[in-house]
Amino acid sequence: MEKGMNLKLKIWRQKNTNEQGKIVEYPVSNVSPDMSFLEMIDVLNDSLVAKGEEPVAFDHDCREGICGMCSMFINGEAHGPNRGVTTCQLHMRSFKEGETIYIEPWRSEAFPVIKDLMVDRGAFDRIQQAGGFVSVNTSGRTLDANAIPIPKEDADKAFDAATCIGCGACAATCPNGSAMLFVAAKVSQFALLPQGQVERKERVLNMVKQMDEEGFGNCSNIGACEVQCPKNISIEVIARMNREYLMANVKPEN
Amino acid sequence: MNLNAKIPDGPLDQKWTKYKNTARLVNPANKRSIDVIVVGTGLAGASAAASLAEMGYKVKALCFQDSPRRAHSIAAQGGINAAKNYMNDGDSTFRLFYDTIKGGDYRAREANVYRLAEVSANIIDQCVAQGVPFARDYGGLLDNRSFGGTQVSRTFYAKGQTGQQLLLGAYSALSRQVGKGNVEMLNRHEMLDVVIIDGKARGIIARNLVTGAIERHSAHAVVLCTGGYGNVFFLSTNAMGSNVTAAWRAHKRGAAFGNPCYTQIHPTCIPVSGDHQSKLTLMSESLRNDGRIWVPKKKEDVEAIRAKRLKPQDIKEEDRDYYLERRYPAFGNLVPRDIASRAAKERCDEGYGVNATGEAVYLDFSSAIVRYGKAQANVKGIHNATDQQIIELGTKVVEEKYGNLFQMYEQIVAENPYKTPMMIYPAVHYTMGGLWVDYELMTNVPGLYACGEANFSDHGANRLGASALMQGLADGYFVLPYTIGNYLADEIRTGKIPTNSPEFDAAEKNVRDQINRIMNNKGTKPVDHFHKRLGKVMWDKCGMGRNEKGLKEAITEIRKIREDFYQDVRVPGTADYMNQELEKALRVADFIELGELMCIDALERKESCGGHFREEYQTEDGEALRDDNQFMYVAAWEWSGDPSSPKLNKEPLIYENIKVQQRSYK
Repeated sequence: MEKGMNLKLKIWRQKNTNEQGKIVEYPVSNVSPDMSFLEMIDVLNDSLVAKGEEPVAFDHDCREGICGMCSMFINGEAHGPNRGVTTCQLHMRSFKEGETIYIEPWRSEAFPVIKDLMVDRGAFDRIQQAGGFVSVNTSGRTLDANAIPIPKEDADKAFDAATCIGCGACAATCPNGSAMLFVAAKVSQFALLPQGQVERKERVLNMVKQMDEEGFGNCSNIGACEVQCPKNISIEVIARMNREYLMANVKPEN
Repeated sequence: MNLNAKIPDGPLDQKWTKYKNTARLVNPANKRSIDVIVVGTGLAGASAAASLAEMGYKVKALCFQDSPRRAHSIAAQGGINAAKNYMNDGDSTFRLFYDTIKGGDYRAREANVYRLAEVSANIIDQCVAQGVPFARDYGGLLDNRSFGGTQVSRTFYAKGQTGQQLLLGAYSALSRQVGKGNVEMLNRHEMLDVVIIDGKARGIIARNLVTGAIERHSAHAVVLCTGGYGNVFFLSTNAMGSNVTAAWRAHKRGAAFGNPCYTQIHPTCIPVSGDHQSKLTLMSESLRNDGRIWVPKKKEDVEAIRAKRLKPQDIKEEDRDYYLERRYPAFGNLVPRDIASRAAKERCDEGYGVNATGEAVYLDFSSAIVRYGKAQANVKGIHNATDQQIIELGTKVVEEKYGNLFQMYEQIVAENPYKTPMMIYPAVHYTMGGLWVDYELMTNVPGLYACGEANFSDHGANRLGASALMQGLADGYFVLPYTIGNYLADEIRTGKIPTNSPEFDAAEKNVRDQINRIMNNKGTKPVDHFHKRLGKVMWDKCGMGRNEKGLKEAITEIRKIREDFYQDVRVPGTADYMNQELEKALRVADFIELGELMCIDALERKESCGGHFREEYQTEDGEALRDDNQFMYVAAWEWSGDPSSPKLNKEPLIYENIKVQQRSYK
């Protein structure tokens, strides 16, 4: 039997939104390299419960990189050291024996901490509610799905933008706390499709307005969001959104 | 117990039209004074909440996740079926209906399934109109692929992320209604009881998972879209939070639970790697379009592979056993899931499993890569392409179709599946059983509905691939919005339902008592300890193969787990703020009770059908052997107050439009 790793975890513990938090150190031993990062936290939590201590609270659900719920800042990087993956897809083989690992929640003014590593990302929902949709009723009485051919290239680009999982790594990573990558991905998806044309202008204006109201910062083309995005959403979407926004502002109503 | 399925009479293909023409309506002004609660925001819940709000009802929607966009529908990979016949390969509404009934091993209701097939084409139209970016061909039209149990290509897809794209479509429709103020969205809320007044569902008790507050919500109808219960096995492809609690609490308030033992074990999942594992990951069935499943023919090759002396690529073509192609030449690698899973288990039980635990088979893309590579070389006009070029071109095509799945595999296993065949093994994936509903998707409790995976309705004893997404959206967009009006038409004079009635008091007390009991328990073990024990019993004795002796043992063992749980579980912290361990404890308490019912149901059903394989009942070549004379019914279990003595009610299944026969995919 392969002997597991010994690690030192430094984890942000915070009782609730209002109280001050602090880093607490926990040693863990016998960690298998095949474990996922969250499974390693599970083991820690079981040992805390056995001692009657409160386990570390963290968001997670699908554990296969698609729901967007997991959200940890690991050694100063959103979703940890690997690229193109979420925290739940990170495995302990990416760490070394004896390593010290810092684990913190998303840091963004617009994402208040609920408890420990868990934050409130309601701001993203509200941005979506402001315009992230096509206003079509759900009656099914629409055109036949093949009535409007869509060039494969456009459909593929729209798909690439639509793969955003809304995890918030972009905003948490950005030194300005900007959510532009998230908002621009949604704006781009619809801007690239014929179905999105009717509300093209209002959509970008409304979503950007809501984004500003939520307290996200501005984009200054640093590009960290693109690097940390677990779905590799390209920063090109931000350029597209800026064009959309400009067009929506300069074009007169009639 | 009243189990009237309320199936409209008339010819099969006119039942739904007839129903819609005669169902009662609620006028727009009256809709504004009617409240509907939707629990769960996956494909069924989000589409139902959006549709009902759009029609004018006042909707409250709840999800336990931090956002409705996270529901586990998001993880569905391969695609969604629809009888569009865009491929001109002989598809039709009837054929989709027929495939679904046959795939379910003749244990689903004809009328419900026909309606599902009928509305399937609308779903695709609807989703495209919402801006869902389905895969397209170079002509700009929608692309299709094949799934198991069919001989046509009717599956629409968006890479290996179809569920994500469909859910985000439904979420955008829901968000639009939230933005308009037509839906009140309660994130991080978990339903813990249904309130029944004068025999009708009138509201729910929910816990705000952030503040710990126990809340009362009243409504004229309650719709449960809370998914399946695969996590009763601890290890499954479900999300960590997926649970049976809402459905189980409804069951304990009188809703019948239909066919609980019908579980889908999906053939292509990443094998278990160790004791630390918290969940299993699916590799989409769509991979069986292009991947070939095999194990070595010779035991010495198996041993050499396990000892890492040989690699799978070293095994010569003639020494490989493509056992699905061998046993089922007509459907090959695309047999339904129950059959593919059992075939994998059979090979592994015989000692041909290819990993250290002996529980894995290969899913190999090398011939698809070469086939696509050659086609691409032709398209690009590359004559005399080298083998290397062909492989590169073919790899690109495979990447385009399944890229995210291959990436997921590589993250977990640390092997490159473009070069080495994937190792896969069956795992719990979906539950066909669920709350019993009639044609209107109403449970036997008036005003209480169940949609999507939470109900038992459409998939019989085995669900075909790419049909779960179809059913979730069909229920939410196109079925419930019509049927709920037929009930709510009687509620226009009811007025707002107060939450200070004795029934609400009693339901809230019930919830508080259970929470207090768990919080005050001075136990020593974390919740997962009991969940893992339960999961092991369920997998070993109520999993892919079941028999009388094992099921009887399982029932005894589960009773012991239930007893131990209440004696020894430990939940630190308090109930008046976010407490994830408490959430888990409440869910596992319900799983333990459900697990026992599943075993009782499996014991009672002395036949094999679909995913329910009783080892005592099989044909000579190891296929499921049904007993239509005795078991052509839906088992609708009634809560008696004691988890060990549920009452069985039977709804007979009647087939008027298709001939019931021994299922064959040979």
